[in-house]
Amino acid sequence: MSEALNIIKDKTLTYRQELIALARLGESTDDSLRYSDEYYQAKAKGALCDLNEGVMPYRPRYICPDYKVLFEKGSAFLELDPPKDLLEAVNALEIMYAHVPSITTYPVYLGDLDKLLEPFVLKEDRAYAKKILRLFLLHIDKVLTDSFVHADIGPEDSVTARILLELTEEMQLAVPNLTLRYDPEITSDDFAMACVKCMLKTSKPSFANHKMFVEEWGPDYAIASCYNGLKIAGGGFTLPRMRLYECSLDATSPEDFVNNVLPKYVDLQLEYMDKRVKFIVEESTFFTDNFLSTEGFVKQENFIGMFGLVGLAECCNHLLGIEDKKKGFGLNKEATELGIKIMDAIEKQVSEHVAPYCDAFGHRYKLHAQVGINTDGMDDSPGTRIPIFAEPSILEQLEVNEKFHKYFPTGTGDIFKFEETYEKTPEAILPIIKGSLANGLRYFSGYLENCDVVRVTGYLVKKSEIEKLRQNKQSLNNVTVFGQGAQDGGHALDRRVQKADDIISSSK
Amino acid sequence: MTLLAPVNKIIPFSNVDGPSNRTAIFFQGCCFNCLFCHNPETINMCISCGDCVKTCPVQALSFNEQGKVVWDSNKCVQCDTCIKTCQHNSSPKIKWMSVDEVVQEVKRTAPYIEGITTSGGECTLWNDFLIELYKEVKLLGKTCLIDSNGSFDFEKDPRILEVSDGVMLDVKAVGEKWNNYLIGYDRTMILKNLEYLLKVDKLYEVRTIIFPNRDKENEKTVRYVSNIIKDKCFYKIIRYRPFGVREEYQEALGDFTTDEDYAQKYVELAHSLGATKAYII
Ligand code: SF4
Ligand code: SF4
Repeated sequence: MSEALNIIKDKTLTYRQELIALARLGESTDDSLRYSDEYYQAKAKGALCDLNEGVMPYRPRYICPDYKVLFEKGSAFLELDPPKDLLEAVNALEIMYAHVPSITTYPVYLGDLDKLLEPFVLKEDRAYAKKILRLFLLHIDKVLTDSFVHADIGPEDSVTARILLELTEEMQLAVPNLTLRYDPEITSDDFAMACVKCMLKTSKPSFANHKMFVEEWGPDYAIASCYNGLKIAGGGFTLPRMRLYECSLDATSPEDFVNNVLPKYVDLQLEYMDKRVKFIVEESTFFTDNFLSTEGFVKQENFIGMFGLVGLAECCNHLLGIEDKKKGFGLNKEATELGIKIMDAIEKQVSEHVAPYCDAFGHRYKLHAQVGINTDGMDDSPGTRIPIFAEPSILEQLEVNEKFHKYFPTGTGDIFKFEETYEKTPEAILPIIKGSLANGLRYFSGYLENCDVVRVTGYLVKKSEIEKLRQNKQSLNNVTVFGQGAQDGGHALDRRVQKADDIISSSK
Repeated sequence: MTLLAPVNKIIPFSNVDGPSNRTAIFFQGCCFNCLFCHNPETINMCISCGDCVKTCPVQALSFNEQGKVVWDSNKCVQCDTCIKTCQHNSSPKIKWMSVDEVVQEVKRTAPYIEGITTSGGECTLWNDFLIELYKEVKLLGKTCLIDSNGSFDFEKDPRILEVSDGVMLDVKAVGEKWNNYLIGYDRTMILKNLEYLLKVDKLYEVRTIIFPNRDKENEKTVRYVSNIIKDKCFYKIIRYRPFGVREEYQEALGDFTTDEDYAQKYVELAHSLGATKAYII
């Protein structure tokens, strides 16, 4: 069977996914964009990965249009006048979203929705504005069916942001992804708390370190796709990634890795990026003919190449011969320090490389801690994260993250789990976010873990008791079956403790 | 001489030991012996009988040259077998720490917390230590709360109140017989502290546990406390949970959690008496 026929006969693909797969297949029939033999060898080994970007890029990977232009001038190509009220504004955005390309074919950046829409929202009755925004979000969720579709709010409080938070909670929609640009000096505690509460119920928004991004990107930055820092009216040309664990397999020692193996792979990935960036700018028609470019929604000089990597933890553990990941990177000083050494080396080499284009960034690429794809398995953890199942307490997890987030202006982040008791004490989360951002964390995502047992107050928790409690839960549920206090019995124990590992023993 | 105190555990981030995010420091040793104690292993100091040394599966416990049982935290796998073994309501996993050592831990968490809470056991048994600790923590710009069973005479020795931000006081039982049965300690000092701490504006919160099927005693305690505190401090109504409670006492008190609706009635009672800051957990 031909590859095309395979795609067509695949029952798991939606129509749109088939279309994308077939387009990619068509793209692969041309091989004029060639790389060195070493590059292909590295790719075959899995040391370098192109993230299925396709062999012939015909648009940048990520595009972050400046939607303000749409509201100020309209669009000749789309035959849209500047909107005069909220209804026209969301309609204009919906139309435009359908014409913003990306690697996923869906727009990865929907704009700073609160800033864009606030003037229009303020002119309407709040309930009416909320109704319009409800339909707007519904449209996004049902038409832009991709979780890399991302909208930003903040750092200032606004009626629009509050309505968006309310709707996010009420509607429980997966799309869009949402980020609060957070700066405790600008963002009120009240607004930040509203975001924390929403996050506990819907796992969004995440918190971006506004101060840090502004220092690196200027005020006009976007958080797009999963957590990617990019320039508004710009975007990301390409994002390949080094799979550091596979890279490390070539090395005989940590020194050999840092001095010989690593520079070779970094160079290969840079070569690959240079060729693609040039191709997108010089061969594809995106920057010369697409209306986004010709009408000023994006500017070519604001695009950057994103130098991605995954698997730092596994790389360090392998180089140091650490087999138990619970004693490895992030939990072991030597491994974490090796991680810093490796990141310093990568950062230095990438920052010395003169990249084609990328004018707004001094002709340099910037690093990205790639979040992983489903085929990675357990070999490469996302970016510089501590491997799953080895995560230490939140405090230790933060401390490690704070050391690594600075390397990644084009994006990194970690996810922090909170127990169910936090639903009743959301105010306990904000100081953690504030402290971590002040200590250099770039991006904070949190969610509420469904726990079996919770620590209620004042007393400690013993691991051995948890099992007992689980059994107790069983019997309680039995009792429930017999009709006693139906709901309460179940709920009472639908919880679990402050985990025993969350306790630093006094010795450390 | 350096002040030392026995630390059972430090929980870097706690959302249940006072307001906001706090570092909770648990000290070993308590002067009560509450039937419902969730951590009976924090009640007594270890007498080095050696029973747990035999049962530890990874030889993390041993005798030192002075014949004292010592714990190797690096070997320990936190299985809690030692705690189950111990017949003396104690734990071998205690570290005698100096104020400075505890402060080092707090310095680590300081960026992320509003303050610390000292708990136990009964932390006021280490009053002098706490005073020095609080002074240091205050220098970090953090608040200090005392989680206490109310046995300490705060009026007689108010030094600790001067350096702390308030007390979270357990008022377990007001009925005399019920109190004596439940905690095995005279309640006069607790009730005196309730009024004194309120008077000097150092009562952050009062906590009362609601036991299943104890209508009369539950009501007596909630009425008494509500009438005194009114809306001047928080009142945490805690549902009894059998978690961690010694089995023999579970028989007496119940091996199930107090029903939420049942406990909620007492929150409403408190509200009706003017204790508007009463809430259930
Ligand atoms: S902890 Fe208990 S069992 Fe172990 S030595 Fe001390 S008193 Fe004995
Ligand atoms: S918890 Fe106690 S019994 Fe278990 S390993 Fe640690 S010291 Fe040994």
